[in-house]
This record gives sequence, C-alpha cells and structure tokens, in this order.
Amino acid sequence: MTDIQTSPGLWTLAWRRLRADRIAMGSMTVVLLYLLLLLSSASGLVAADWAREVGVNYAPPTFVGPQSADERIFGSTASDKEVPPENPLDPLKDIIRELRQQNAQPSSPVINDYGIPDPIGKEMAEIRQELAKTRNVESAAKLETLPFGADKWGHDIIKKTIKGSETSIIVGLVAAFLATLLGTVFGALSGYFGKAVDDFFNWFYSIFTAIPNMLLIMAVAAVLQHKGVLTIVLILGLTGWTGTYRLIRAEYIKHKAREYVMAADAIGASNWRKMFVHIFPNVSHVALVQMSIMSVSFIKAEVILSFLGFGVPVGVVSWGSMLNEAQNELILGKWWQLTAASIAMAVLVTAFSMFTDALRDALDPKLK
Amino acid sequence: MTTDTLLSVDNLRVSFRTDKKNTTEAVKGISFAIPRDATVALVGESGSGKSVSSLAVMGLLSPDAAVISPDSKILFEGRDLLVLSRAERRDLCGKDISMIFQEPMTSLNPVFTVGFQIEEVLRLHMGMSGKQARARAIALLDEVGLPSPETKVNAYPNQLSGGQQQRVMIAMAIACEPKLLIADEPTTALDVTIQKQIIDLIAALRKKHKMSVLFITHDLALVGEIADRVIVMRHGEIRESGDVRQIFEQPQDAYTKALLHCRPTLDTRPWRLPVIADYLDGKLEPQLKERQRGLTGSEEIVLEVRNLAKHFSSREGLFGKRVTHAVQDVSFKLARGKTLGVVGESGSGKTTVGMTLLRLHKATAGEAWFEGKDIIAMPDKEFMPYKRRIQIIFQNPYASLNPRFTVGQILLEPMQIHGIGANERERTEMAMGLLDKVGLPRTAFHRYPHEFSGGQRQRIAIARCLTMRPEVLVCDESVSALDVSVQAQVLNLLQELQEEFGLSYIFISHDLAVVKYIADQVMVMHQGKVVEMANSDDLYRHPAHPYTRALLGAIPKGISA
Repeated sequence: MTDIQTSPGLWTLAWRRLRADRIAMGSMTVVLLYLLLLLSSASGLVAADWAREVGVNYAPPTFVGPQSADERIFGSTASDKEVPPENPLDPLKDIIRELRQQNAQPSSPVINDYGIPDPIGKEMAEIRQELAKTRNVESAAKLETLPFGADKWGHDIIKKTIKGSETSIIVGLVAAFLATLLGTVFGALSGYFGKAVDDFFNWFYSIFTAIPNMLLIMAVAAVLQHKGVLTIVLILGLTGWTGTYRLIRAEYIKHKAREYVMAADAIGASNWRKMFVHIFPNVSHVALVQMSIMSVSFIKAEVILSFLGFGVPVGVVSWGSMLNEAQNELILGKWWQLTAASIAMAVLVTAFSMFTDALRDALDPKLK
Repeated sequence: MTTDTLLSVDNLRVSFRTDKKNTTEAVKGISFAIPRDATVALVGESGSGKSVSSLAVMGLLSPDAAVISPDSKILFEGRDLLVLSRAERRDLCGKDISMIFQEPMTSLNPVFTVGFQIEEVLRLHMGMSGKQARARAIALLDEVGLPSPETKVNAYPNQLSGGQQQRVMIAMAIACEPKLLIADEPTTALDVTIQKQIIDLIAALRKKHKMSVLFITHDLALVGEIADRVIVMRHGEIRESGDVRQIFEQPQDAYTKALLHCRPTLDTRPWRLPVIADYLDGKLEPQLKERQRGLTGSEEIVLEVRNLAKHFSSREGLFGKRVTHAVQDVSFKLARGKTLGVVGESGSGKTTVGMTLLRLHKATAGEAWFEGKDIIAMPDKEFMPYKRRIQIIFQNPYASLNPRFTVGQILLEPMQIHGIGANERERTEMAMGLLDKVGLPRTAFHRYPHEFSGGQRQRIAIARCLTMRPEVLVCDESVSALDVSVQAQVLNLLQELQEEFGLSYIFISHDLAVVKYIADQVMVMHQGKVVEMANSDDLYRHPAHPYTRALLGAIPKGISA
C-alpha cells in the first residue's frame, strides 16, 4: 500500500559524518580494541591468571636480559664491591685496614658481617647453604626474564596491565555514566521547571563546586569507608555531575521556550513527556559528548586516586595501583611496570579524547 | 540618468560544497548590469540565489564553502573584482561598495556604541581623526533621520528600536559616499510602517548622493515603489529582467506573472489564490469569481472572549518590578466556520492573545467562553479535553516541529495522548489520510521534518492539528515565514479545510493583505489594545481609526502610477 521509506535520523547522519573522518575511525578502532580487551579480560579469556607468580622477582623484559638475585633485591650492587679510599685523618684507619686484610683472607675462620670472628659462623654457613639449595629449586621453576618483565612478586606485567586496564576502564565508564545520569536528570528538572526547583538544584550545585574537588573526593571516600571498585565509581560519579548539570540545565532552559515544546504543550503533552520524549532527544548529544569527555577524565582520576591510596583495594590491580607500586620500584631502576601502565593509559586516553572531539564535530548541529 | 555601467556581472556561477566530493550550484551563470545612479532590484524567493549573488559581489562568500567559477566576471568600473587581492578588495568594499543586511539587530555589534561603529568606518576608509569622525557620524545620523543624533550617537544598539537600528546601518553604509549600495532584504525584519520609512529613506539618499542601489527582496510589490530595473531570479537563473514598468505591466515570463498574482492584494479577493504551478503549467483558469466575506450577525458563536488581559512582570533592580501590559481588555466573538483576523505590528499583543487562549500563557484577567464554560478559569485537568478542540499553528514551521521526530511520530503523538483511534494501525491510517488531505505524499510518514521545505513543514503542522479534529484553530503568523508562492498554497489549504470541516480560525498576522483575503472579521491591535474591529470589507473600505489608516497606507502597492 504505502512505500515504506525511512530516512536517516540524527544518529545515522552523525555516524555517516564520523565514518568519513579518518582520525575518528582510527581512534574509534583503538578504543574498540581496548573494550574488546576489557570484555575478554572480564570474562576470563585473557589474563585470568595474572596473579600467578610466573617470573622471578622483578624479572626484567626479555630484551634487557636477566639480572642477578642481588640486583633483583637491592638494585645495582656494583658499587658495594668497591673499596672506599682510606682517609688519612681517620683515627680508626689502622683498625679498618686490619679488618679489611682479615676479610680478604679466604682461609680465615668464619667472620660475620661486622668483620668479627663469629662463634656460630659454621652453623650459619650450613643453614645458608641449605637455604640456597631450596631457593635454587624455586628459581628454576620461575623464569629469569618475561617478555614485558615482572613486578615485585613476579607477576607478568603484560597480564597485570590488561587486568589493570579492565579495572580502570570500567571505573571510568561506569562513573562517567553515573555522573552523566545525575547531571542530566538534575539539569533537566532544574532547567525545565525553573523557579524553586532550579533554586534548589543550584544551591546543591554551588555547594558541590565551592569545595575543592580533591577535598570533596576525600570527604566522600571517608564517608563511604570502604575500599573497593564500587566506592571509586560512587566517589567519582557523585562528585562529577556538576559540569553536565550546568550544560544540560542551560539546554533545557533554551529548549523549553522553543516552539516545538509549545506545540507539544498545545496538544496536551505532560511535563514528563515534554522533558524526556520531546526535549531530551534534542539535547542527548550534549550528554553523550559530556559522558565521553568524563570517561577520559575519570580514567585519569582513578589513576590519581589509586596513586594517592584512595583507590582500589589490595588484591585488585588498576593502572593507578601499578603506578603506585612503580614509584618505589623506580628507585631500584625497575622501570617496566611504570612504562607498561603509562603507555596503556596514554594510548587509550589519547584515542578516546580524539574520538570525543570527532564525536562532538559529528553531532554538532551547527555544522549541518 | 546616465547610461554607463557601474557594475556588471558576467556569467556568474557559484557552487557550494555539500561534502568532500559534491557541490550544488546556487547561481547558474547569471549576467546583469547596474547603471550609474539607478536602482536595480533583484527579486526571487528563498533559494533563488539572489543573496548569494550579492555576497559574491561583496566578496563575503567563505572561500572554504563556496566556489566561484573561474570564467565568472564581476566588473566594477572596469576592474574585475574577482581577480583583486584580498587587501584591494577590502579597500573597495566598504568604501565604494557597501551593504545593508536584513537583520539590523545582529548586524550591529552589541558592545560598541553606534557612534563608535560609524566612526570606525570613517577612520578606516577616509583616514579621519577622532573629532572629525565624530562630527561626521552625528551628521550622518541626522541625515538618516535619527531623532536627536547628538545623544543617540552614544547609544548602544539595544537602546534603539529595529527601525532606528536599520537607520544606523544605512548611515554606516553611506558613510564613505559609496557608488554602489547593496541592500539585502533591508526591511523584511521590520514592521510595515517602518518598512515604508526605510524605503523612502533609501530612495531619498540614492537621489541625493547619486549612487546606485542593488535592492534584494522577495517582495515584488515593494520593488515597484523603489526600482528602476527589475531582475527576477529563480533557482539560480534569471527568469526575466527589464524596466520596472514593463515587468509589472507586461510580464513575459510565467514565473514573474505568478509572483505578481500569488500575493493577495487589498482590492480583490479571488475564490482561490493562484499558485505558481498554475502559471508554469499554463493551466490558469481565466478569472476566478470573487469570494464574499463578513458576518451577518446571526452566526453561531463558538468562542467568546471577554476583557482578556495579560501582564508580564519583570524584575528591575533589587526590589523593583516592571509590569508590561501585553494585552489589555480584549473582547471578541468568534463565529463558527468563520475567520477572525487579528492585525498589528510587533509588540501589539496579537500573539499573546492566541497564546493565552490556549493557556500557553496564563491570563491575568478575563474570560473565554467555549460551550458554556470558561476555559481560562477552569483547572488544568478539566482543560485537558478542551486542548484538542482549540489548536494552534505556529509562525515558524522550522521551529515548531520536533527535529528528532519523524513526521509519523509527530502525527501519531496527539492521537496517542488524547486516545483518538482504537489502536496504532487505525491511527496510522488516519495520519496517512491527513497527509493526503494536506497534499503531502504518504512516503513523508517515515521522514524527518528537516527534509521538507517551509511550506511542506507548515502542512505537517496543520496535519498535526487536524489529527485532533479541533473546532477552533489559532494561526499565529502561520504564513509569514513562507515564500509568496508557498504562502498562497497554504492559504488555499486553510480555506479548503475551513469549508470541509467548518473550522473557526483566529488568524493572527502583520500582513493586512493576507488578512483581507482570509478573514471575515478583522480586529486591529495596537500596544495591547483593540483599536478597531469590523467586518473585513468595511474595515478595508472605511478604516475608522487613524492607526488602521496608517497601516493600510504603508502597504506597498506595487508600481505607483
């Protein structure tokens, strides 16, 4: 009877514009690869055994080559073997020289760490030999090097990074969704109804923005008193809605005076219908872009929180907790965990930001 | 009048990039000449390429979006503007060629005084010092007829009315004694009485300064009052060009004829307005009989409004309150199946009357009796069933349709809200039927409003109202945003629907000719009050109130004998 012919809506048109944009497609591919990784990691296909201690402590990446056990524990030990030059003014210089000579003699009886003959030296030496045997057995099972190195406990860095990505991205996305949801609903109510409702939400908004962000986050963290992924999501979501609120409120104020909303009023549409059926599809692109921007900033925020120790609990790994561990390792010259977490984060954040920019361009009605 | 040519446009082609590969041609190789000391009018409807042509002359087209074909030539006093460097072009534009835009409110910079903006032109192009420039600016404002120019020179644009702003724009444009003044729809945004003043001003200045004017407009009647030569454009091509008398008295092209006759006039009222298709297909019926309008006094009254008033209050200062009386003491009766025209200039309160009747604004005082009930006093819940019986068609069809809804969703929604139709299939059937009724293809059902032209969108808006089978329809400037030819089609449609469904219209418009065509009764409003109300033939023949007479006198009547 009738020729059913559908026309492209806003999203189809936006998708077409997006597809024509090479940078957008490139960055979107990267983001999608991360999401794929996230899914396979969350479902246990990849990196489920990240907690297995497969390498020796701080096993370096393969291309660096293995390190000695002492190096693993104390960092570079080369300087220990150097004999410091003699100080001619030292009153103890004779004693020191004597001790050094004794120390240098291999045939002398067991000497303890202070250079004094040890009464239980022989027994201790036997115990040490026994210990060395067992340690050799264990070390044989663990790998000296791993493709991307290992951490303090010998966890494989690549698997740890994948598992960390899962936590960080989930935190970022879920928190951004929560913040956008709160911001959109508050903004819609405030902008649409105005008057007392608007005053109330503005008051609420003012309080949230008057407190420095970090302080607010710490306050919420203190109130929740529970370390966990959900806690971080709540912290970020509950403190991050303000920007979206402001934007969406302004959009609703602008749109509620538009003729199409008056037309909806004239045909008898309810407030709820006008707010969410009529106006929301016209401002949803703002919320979407806002959510995309916030995902990036919340991924970074999670890293900072975990770095400061407000983040994920012990036993859960995220990019932030990896960087937190890395600050101690760096003194020992173990740079691989830091590098892996940083690169993983930098690539995602850059790609996501570029994608957000392209998304905003594609959805911008002014460019139509 | 000298015959030598000031500006000649030769084979101008302008295309716009729509995406990376495709372009659309907006101007398809037009040629025309503007003689010295003459007014040339470029007439056409939206999309005819008239504005694009003038922007090309001014060099204001964005080089990223618009491509001017290399074999186009725009010669100004023998120099080809298209090959000049940007700097040379800039020196010429603003000094020898200047332009007035359609919207004076947006063309003036709101953060500078008007004096500063005029002086800027003088300093840049004439090398005047501050004092000289100021004195000249005051002289210019005096010349364009701005009252007390010494104080107005320090005013900010928002402190001036629309007409005064347009005068400032003109002062700025003639500041450097240009040889060519391009006026792009300079009066479209203004009220009819102001429009007359501005047109007279431009004509007087042209004579005094011996410049040429390129006058761009969609209104052929306006052209008759000002132009020496007329160029009619359509779809980027010139349909006809010639002396103004010849165009008005012996139009050769079918399109020109159509433009001349589509617009309702004050002296005749055809049964049905001719539309462009009639002329282009050559299927015009000889002379349609005239329609009789007016009330006899015995008609059934469907809506009676008594002493309606609406005040807006705005906060001023810390505790102060300013009350604007938008509508005061308006009373009228609307007869079933008839049309009440509400006429007035911007700010007269005519739109507010419509809005208050639909309860889109809350009335401050007054009653509106519909079927023995006061629909203004009743609570919201009780009003709901009446909502479908009193409907409104808004002015701007681009804004009144939700851009995220398909036409189908737009049409189905009111039926869903009011529970019309038993199920979705029945409703779809009804919506399809209405699409036929308003002359849209059924395929429109799944499309979005942005794919339709202004006239088609207004049809969608009309169809949306009809889904509820209303008895009273408020048309708030419903044809004002449309092109003349489309306006005729929509007016014809409204007329047909009135006959078929016995609808009663409250037709709000600033255009007296349109109201004359459609209305049985006319109510003239001025500053929130009704100044005159009468049967339309009586009102147009014997206007009683001086304001009504002023309004009627300001209407452009085409060529002046």
